[in-house]
Parts: sequence; C-alpha cells; structure tokens
Amino acid sequence: MKVAIVQCKPRKGEVAANLAALGDAFAQLAQDPPDLIVLPEAALTGYFLEGAVYDLAFESGDLAGRIAALWRARGAARHPVDIVAGFYENDGGTYYNAALYLEIGDAAERIVHVHRKMFLPTYGVFDEERFLSRGRSLRTFETRFGTIAMLICEDTWHAIMPTIAAIKGARMLIVPSASPGRGLGGDGELESVARWKELLRSYACEHGVYILYAGLAGFEGGKGMTGTSCVIDPRGETIVAAPLLGAAIVRASIDAREIDLARASLPLLGDLQAVLPDLLRDPALPVGPREREPLDTPASAPE
Amino acid sequence: MSAAVLPVVEASPSGMPRLGLDAALAAEWLEAFLCDELVGRRGIARAVIGLSGGVDSAVTAYLCARALGPRNVWAIRMPYRTSSADSLAHAQLVIDALGINERTIDISAAVDGYLQYEPGADPRRRGNVMARARMLVLFDQSAKLEALPIGTGNKTERLLGYFTWHADDTPPVNPIGDLFKTQVWALARALGVPAPIVEKAPSADLEADQTDEADLGIRYPRADAILSLVLEGYRDAEIAARGFAPADVALVRRRVDSTHWKRHLPTTAMVSNTAINEFYLRPVDY
Repeated sequence: MKVAIVQCKPRKGEVAANLAALGDAFAQLAQDPPDLIVLPEAALTGYFLEGAVYDLAFESGDLAGRIAALWRARGAARHPVDIVAGFYENDGGTYYNAALYLEIGDAAERIVHVHRKMFLPTYGVFDEERFLSRGRSLRTFETRFGTIAMLICEDTWHAIMPTIAAIKGARMLIVPSASPGRGLGGDGELESVARWKELLRSYACEHGVYILYAGLAGFEGGKGMTGTSCVIDPRGETIVAAPLLGAAIVRASIDAREIDLARASLPLLGDLQAVLPDLLRDPALPVGPREREPLDTPASAPE
Repeated sequence: MSAAVLPVVEASPSGMPRLGLDAALAAEWLEAFLCDELVGRRGIARAVIGLSGGVDSAVTAYLCARALGPRNVWAIRMPYRTSSADSLAHAQLVIDALGINERTIDISAAVDGYLQYEPGADPRRRGNVMARARMLVLFDQSAKLEALPIGTGNKTERLLGYFTWHADDTPPVNPIGDLFKTQVWALARALGVPAPIVEKAPSADLEADQTDEADLGIRYPRADAILSLVLEGYRDAEIAARGFAPADVALVRRRVDSTHWKRHLPTTAMVSNTAINEFYLRPVDY
C-alpha cells in the first residue's frame, strides 16, 4: 500500500489558491499514484481563523466533491484513491474542526467517515472552543485498507484516544495536525516537535499501529506551523519524515503484515484487551460503562 | 571493612529559569518567519531597519540579510547631535560585514525643530521625541523604498516597558520580540555579530553615558531569569526562594505590572456587538 502526505502551506483564507496548489501536488503524485493521500488540519484555509471560520467552513459533501474533482482533473483520474483532509466543517450552522475520509473511484466518490475534533485547545495561543463545537465520538471505520481511526491534533495528546482507537480495532491512526512551534531551548529540535515525536512513536509501539501524521506548514501571524509530517511503523520507528519548514510531499510503502508481526513480538494491545474490563469495572473511576441516570432524577427517590 | 558507598544521582532543582537557546535553530526559524511574513504574506521582499549600533538591531539586520539577501535590506542610521560616535561606528561594522544598503539621516533638525518650543523638556521627554522622530523617518523610508520596517524590540524591554510607545514597537513585523535580551546575545554570537556590539553595555543612547541596566536598576541576566519565572506563574516569594533578591523581584514585577497597557493597542470604548477585535475577530494575516 502506497501512502502520501501532502504537507500543505496554505495562504490564509485563500481557498482557490490553496486548491490550485493542492492540484499541483496531485499532478506530482499522479506520476506514481498513491493509494492513500493525507492532508493536514485546516489544509485549505490555514489554522488560525478566529471569526473568519464562519466565512470559510465547508459543508463536508461540498468539500468532498471539490477534492474528488481536483483529483480527477489534476491527479490520476483512473486511479482510485482515498484522501483524508482536515477542514473546518459547517454542519447546518454548527461548526467543527473536522477531518474527512474520502474514497474516490472512477466516477463517484464516497465519504467514509467524518471525525470531529473532540479536544479543542482553548488556552494560551489557542481559542478553538470560542468558535467551534466539539465532536462527541471517536469512531473507527472500515476501509479497503482495513480499520482506521482519525485523530486531530490535540485529540492525540490524550493517551486515551489512541488507546480507545486501537482497542476498537484501528490498525492505522491518521493524524491531521496544525502545531504552532515553540521552545527553542532544545537541542537541534523545537521542544513542541520533540514532544509530538515522543507521543506518536510511543503510541505506535504500544498499540502496534501505523501512524500517518500530516503537519500543516508555514507561519500564520508569527506562529510557525511545524510540518514534520511523518509515517511511523507499528514498532514505533519513523520510516520517513518531512522537514520542519515549508511544503513537502512524504511518500512511503507500508505493509499491514508489519502490524501482525509487531503485535506478535510486543503483544501489549492483547494484554490491554484482557485487562481493560477489570480496569473499567473500578467504581472509583469518575466515569464508566455504567447505566446513566437521568440528570434530573434525585439519587434516592422518595418512596 | 568500611561500608560500601553507593553512587548518588540527584536531580537539579525544578522550576528554574528556562533561558537556553539553540541559536542555530532559532536563526533558521526566524529566517523562515521573515520570508513567510514579508515575501509570502505581504509580497514585499525588502526590509528597512533602524540600525542603532546596538545588538538588537544588529541581530535583526543579520536575520533579514540571511532571509532576504543583503541587497534587499536597508539600514538607516538616525543619529541625534548628542548620540555617541560609537553607535555610528558599530552600525558601520554591521553594514560592512553584511553588505547591506546604508543611509544616514541626522534627526537633530527634526527633533530640535519641535523641542525649541519645549525648552524645559526633561531627558525622558526628549528621548521619546527622538524615538518618535526615528519612527517617522523609518516609515517614510519604508514608503520610499517599498520596504517593510522591521521591529527590533526584544522580550525583556517589551516586558519591562523600556521603550517608547508607538515608536520602537510600531514596525509590523518583529523577529526577536519573543527572545529575552540574554537570548539575543546568544543569537548574536552564533550569527557572528561583531564582538564590540555584543560585548558593550546596552544603551538607548538617548542621553550621554546612558545604559539600559543603570536605567532599569538591574542587570539583564538577572532580569531575564526573574522575568521567565514571572511569566511561568511563580509568585514573588517563590522566585526569591530560588535565590533572587526580593528587591530585584519586586522591581521586575512592578515594571511588568505597570506596563501592560504598552503591550496593547489603544483602548477603544465598546458600544456595539460588532466592536473591532472584541466581537469582530479576524487574524492579522487574513
């Protein structure tokens, strides 16, 4: 299976220009068409939009149609491809930070899944929940390449998210991201980038999953997005990575057999599947798979 | 037989100032910032910098020359009649080292043209008039040269409020504004800024024999360490417990707390649901 990540460097809010640049990348990829293409978070608009998110959010079907048309026009029209794209979604006036998984065939395209970012960073430089609603579920979904889950940026900083995805069967995690770099005190690497690498490699190794990380690039009003798109194998090795700065294409061939072999040699996911029910049975956990009571019912109803 | 002595490994104290800088990475990052913000976003490939002879504007000039090419950088020296001769000479070292364009415009006539009506102005007011005259020149040269003015204020002076509002802080793009003064020095050494500029006592050169550290009442390394802890959220007593004199901590805290306004745009009375930057929110690069 051939995968490609397009590390986009969008012009803020200039959707037509950004689609044109994506078309150029598709044309480049068409020379040896991949089976799966991944784009970063907010790939066609830029990340920091503030109130302009309401001007620029896409209806998911509309975006799917545009990307499919672009692939047929500039990519390899006869080569079926799956594309993941991070975007701001307008769902009838409710707005999300989302990623869609799109299957593009000869004549038709199909949205396989839309993941809505659950963890909206709203601290320091981040202000997502001021403008957006948060997603309510983490689903895995079936594709022609097996079971996949998508996590968007901060979703991935909570270890429980890749854990749940893996427990639910995901063999590949796709992570569209837009990470403003900070921390120049490191040794040859931004501290925020080092943290990302540590997290991703740790998850890949623990759960025996491939991770495709697509990082947005370019400076947005002084905040520099840290590219570094990469593919990490199920043993936790980074098999390819893009530079920190600027647009780039990352390509890799990956083999689902590696997942089986990695899980056989380090069966942590299997161990977790065995132990998790006991962990979740713990009544001290603040939430659990207990039946929820209606919020307005008193704990002890009068007889 | 004596008892075995076990090797001991001990952690360094936690919560100490974090001022380390990977200078090579910082230079690469800030060059990319300048390219994206000038050429990419604004379509402007030229920069104009007020080159004072100090380390901040020298570092800025080095970054601009690397990002845009030396022929696209204009250094403007703007001496006043009382300015130190060293300032001009040190600026010349940068101009010669980089091969950037140079122009020297004496602001004495402009400044004195106004101050003749205010003969009683104290040194602080006179300094502010000079700083604002320099900004007038820089923005006019920007229009003439079709070059973007580049800011040279560092994080320490921004936090301590040690600058003239709507003068030093006005250029639309600033590559070093999130670097403490001691980090600017580290970057200067890595970039190869001439030693006399890096090693001299920093000065606004608005008055004879003026130095920043005498004005501020604290040395930069100490101020930066305290500032970094203030920004991390530590209380004064917690900072003092890390070995800093309470008087220094209080001085830094007082300067930061009394100058928040200098780090903002003017306060506008809000009377609607569409007030700019309150309700109507668009990013600067939109």
